[in-house]
Amino acid sequence: MNINQIMLAGTALEARGSGALHWPEERLLAVSDLHLGKSERIARNGGGFLPPYETTDTLARLDAEIAATSPRTVVCLGDSFDDMAAADGLTDAATEWVTRMMAGRRWVWIEGNHDPGPVDLGGTHLAELPLAPLTFRHIARPGASGEVSGHYHPKASVRARGRTVSRPCFLYDRDRLVLPAFGTYTGGLRCTAPALQTLMRAEARAVLTGPRPTTIPMPRVTA
Amino acid sequence: MSTLPAQFDAWFARRGWSAHPHQLDMLDRAQDPATLLIAPTGGGKTLAGFLPSLVELTGGHQGLHTLYVSPLKALAADIRRNLRRPVEEVGLDIRIEERTGDTPALQKKRQRADPPHILLTTPESLALLTSYEDAAVTFAGLQRVIVDEIHALAESKRGDQLMLALARLQTLRPELRRVGLSATVEDPGRIAGLLARHPDPCHILHADPGPDPDIRMLQTEDPPPWSGGGAKYAIPAVLEEVKKHRTTLIFHNTRAQAEIFFHNLWLANDDALPIAIHHGSLAREQRHKVEAAMLAGKLRAIVCTGTLDLGIDWGDVDLIIQVGAPKNVKRLIQRIGRANHRYNAPSKAILVPANRFEVVECVAALEAARAHELDGDPAGRGPRDVLCQQILIAAAGGGFRADDLYGEIRSVGAYADLSRAEFDACLDFAATGGYALRAYDRWQRLVEDEEGVWRLRDPRAAQRIRQNIGTIMDSELVKVRMRGHRKPLGEIEEDFAATLTPGDTFLIAGRVVQYRRILEQVVEVTKTNKRKPKVAVFGGTKFATSTQLSQRILRLMHQPIWPELPQHTADWLMLQREVSQMPTADRILVESFPHDGRAHTCVYGFAGRNAMQTLGLLLTQRMDQEALMPMGFVSTDYAVLIWGLEQVADPAPLFQRDALRAGFETWLSGNMVMKKTFKVSAVVSGLVDRKAAGLRKTGRQTAFSTNILYDTLRKYDPDHVLMQITREEAMKGLVDFGRIEEMLARTQGRVDHVIHDRVTPLAAPLLLEAGRVTVDSAAVTEKLLAEEAEKLMQEAGL
Repeated sequence: MNINQIMLAGTALEARGSGALHWPEERLLAVSDLHLGKSERIARNGGGFLPPYETTDTLARLDAEIAATSPRTVVCLGDSFDDMAAADGLTDAATEWVTRMMAGRRWVWIEGNHDPGPVDLGGTHLAELPLAPLTFRHIARPGASGEVSGHYHPKASVRARGRTVSRPCFLYDRDRLVLPAFGTYTGGLRCTAPALQTLMRAEARAVLTGPRPTTIPMPRVTA
Repeated sequence: MSTLPAQFDAWFARRGWSAHPHQLDMLDRAQDPATLLIAPTGGGKTLAGFLPSLVELTGGHQGLHTLYVSPLKALAADIRRNLRRPVEEVGLDIRIEERTGDTPALQKKRQRADPPHILLTTPESLALLTSYEDAAVTFAGLQRVIVDEIHALAESKRGDQLMLALARLQTLRPELRRVGLSATVEDPGRIAGLLARHPDPCHILHADPGPDPDIRMLQTEDPPPWSGGGAKYAIPAVLEEVKKHRTTLIFHNTRAQAEIFFHNLWLANDDALPIAIHHGSLAREQRHKVEAAMLAGKLRAIVCTGTLDLGIDWGDVDLIIQVGAPKNVKRLIQRIGRANHRYNAPSKAILVPANRFEVVECVAALEAARAHELDGDPAGRGPRDVLCQQILIAAAGGGFRADDLYGEIRSVGAYADLSRAEFDACLDFAATGGYALRAYDRWQRLVEDEEGVWRLRDPRAAQRIRQNIGTIMDSELVKVRMRGHRKPLGEIEEDFAATLTPGDTFLIAGRVVQYRRILEQVVEVTKTNKRKPKVAVFGGTKFATSTQLSQRILRLMHQPIWPELPQHTADWLMLQREVSQMPTADRILVESFPHDGRAHTCVYGFAGRNAMQTLGLLLTQRMDQEALMPMGFVSTDYAVLIWGLEQVADPAPLFQRDALRAGFETWLSGNMVMKKTFKVSAVVSGLVDRKAAGLRKTGRQTAFSTNILYDTLRKYDPDHVLMQITREEAMKGLVDFGRIEEMLARTQGRVDHVIHDRVTPLAAPLLLEAGRVTVDSAAVTEKLLAEEAEKLMQEAGL
């Protein structure tokens, strides 16, 4: 089974092996931190010429998730574009692909720190999306509850028989859920980083993405 | 034969010396475009290299005259000290300066406009110098270049980069003369071919190699263990030898072994002899302290690795101890050359095998050394990732015409057969990324102007190119610091750091420390009173035994009895015959046994490390198909050891030719060997920044692994030039399928399978072998993950 059930604010959610979140009752699919156009932005800023295929790859995986869940609503939880110019710099093919995926459903672009303004791609642009009992926003707010966010690109490592397996992961406790980054060119922040250690409650769990999403207690810093 | 100018003659006479014949020969050859001098350490090699320069400089010279390049920064400083004496005593007015990464910025800037007569530098600093637009001014007077320890450079990309830089200098200064100084090597012609401008001839001068070294194997009361690299059993005997000599250098093949040995040596050092440790991952200040103590003659012994391999002339070393099998006779001889720098006195060395197999290796190496049999690998083609970097350097240095640069690069021996299409692909890669999807034409890094000169589109890009110059992958190390202290203790491999969990103890700088956390790219540790480190192994250089040596080992093992081996090792080989058998050339021996909770399979082939490594990749692929859940393997020159979750019941089907062949390409392109090679090439070629590659594991969510780039390219642009380069570079450590087929044909399906209830004598040494390769099997990873997750959840009571 490539899904793992999570309860948040009395709502049954599915953490999918791809890193996408599915809310079956609402027929809602959420993905975070797509960072579309990242390689283009790096080249534009005088950095290296990374293989310019990550936008295609990210869209292909998103398309597959949409095909698998047939959502009525798709929420992109911010940092969907690596910067505002990257949104404008998408190739025609990529733009058409996004438009095709949008057709026949509600599409919400949540603003992120990389893409604070509206983009010229259709859909709804929101700072956050309240959908009782949940709220979707880019960066988690301390004290919030029923909150679904992204931003941190959490990842977790497990050591088993001498091998370390490291994966992007969902993090959740009774107040909030943090999604892993969905974009192809995205790194991860270890769960043991101070920002995540203070954000999440002691009993938080991590769901490692992959062919079979796996739940573990969120790794903690003990030292 | 030319005579020395009078003032030099007088100087030699005053010191009571006479010039060595090879020093005078070098003077005779001073006008040759290229000369290679092969001389043992201590043979006045450096002076032989500089003598023609000193003589020419007697008449005065405007600007830079001689450029000296050595692989080690420390060597440059050492040479400057050593040259000062003849220069001052002969009364020459010569300015000699160093230029390395440690040189202050202000002095570096001044050197470009007003260079000294003799500049001492490293390949990286030289490459950087050629990347400035004023390079023509800096090198305006250049006459000679001296490449020291060229045998060491010839084995790495640093050498390729240096030769490309020399080609650049030769374009600026067509009359430039090249001199190479080398320790004894098996194939001087190969080194000469690298040194000279292709296809110029290069004369090779041989100095008198001096008397044969006095080498023996250490005999101890306690026998060495079956397995392991610590050589702890030998500590008392080694201490006895240290007491008997003035200064002893104790060489190890890896840093980890050096650390462990040093730790154990101190525990047993009841007389508190001054013994220090020196290796590449210690902090610079610490290394300098040890070097200073060594120079001052304050140390009785120094435990070290390859960082001391090169010809730094320190102190009165009268004994070399080599711990662990020397793996390759050439390195052994070069290390032994470190002892007793008085020419014409034999150097003295003792070999300390760390386990029983190494006893066999040491005996074989000693025989080879006595037979003056050296070994080595044939030269490969010049790596194209270094070429990509060279193209960027040329662009930063003011631009180039493609035809000219192509010609210049082909004047480098290693690149002589570079095709124009290959060059153009590298140029396109540097200019646009070279992708099938032409995504970056707007942001092109290099553009060709109307006059056909390729230049940087944005001159500010030069800064970034300069920051990324070099081929050494030092970004994979992270600093280790004691909590509350500013000065680092040293460095450890990033991959090793990633495996640590808080509370783990490990060895660094000779002490046991406890891991706490990684903070801003620094590993924070605290003191611990534990005497035994929990995590004892961290990586190090993996040396391959040369093929010649491994043939000698095989021959030795096949003797009916072993009078030349110590009794304990002969007994150990006898036991192998009893519980299993000796591997032979015309059959494949496979041993299976459980160990450490995993099924192990050892396959003997004696086909050399590259072939065994390739076989390891192929067999694990077959095992993955057969649901045997392989987890990893490690290969040596004679065997490959594979571990996994399931026991191999019948190995014969694994060796079926067609099945092996079918998966070769796909499996090869997906494995970790390829990804590791890609990472290096991605940095060297300028695809990713040196800094970015190092940030990978330090918790910045914007940094991501080069593995992702590799997977993306493999999926969307598999024929991209960097993929071609990665394959070519990875294959230098592997063999073609043809070689595997030969091995299979030779054995014709004759597979002997021995199942044992524990590790066999001959397989034991492989258990602690460095250079383990993880098998990227989804089935294994998912299974392990599920197992561990269940355990973690249960522990947490969930």
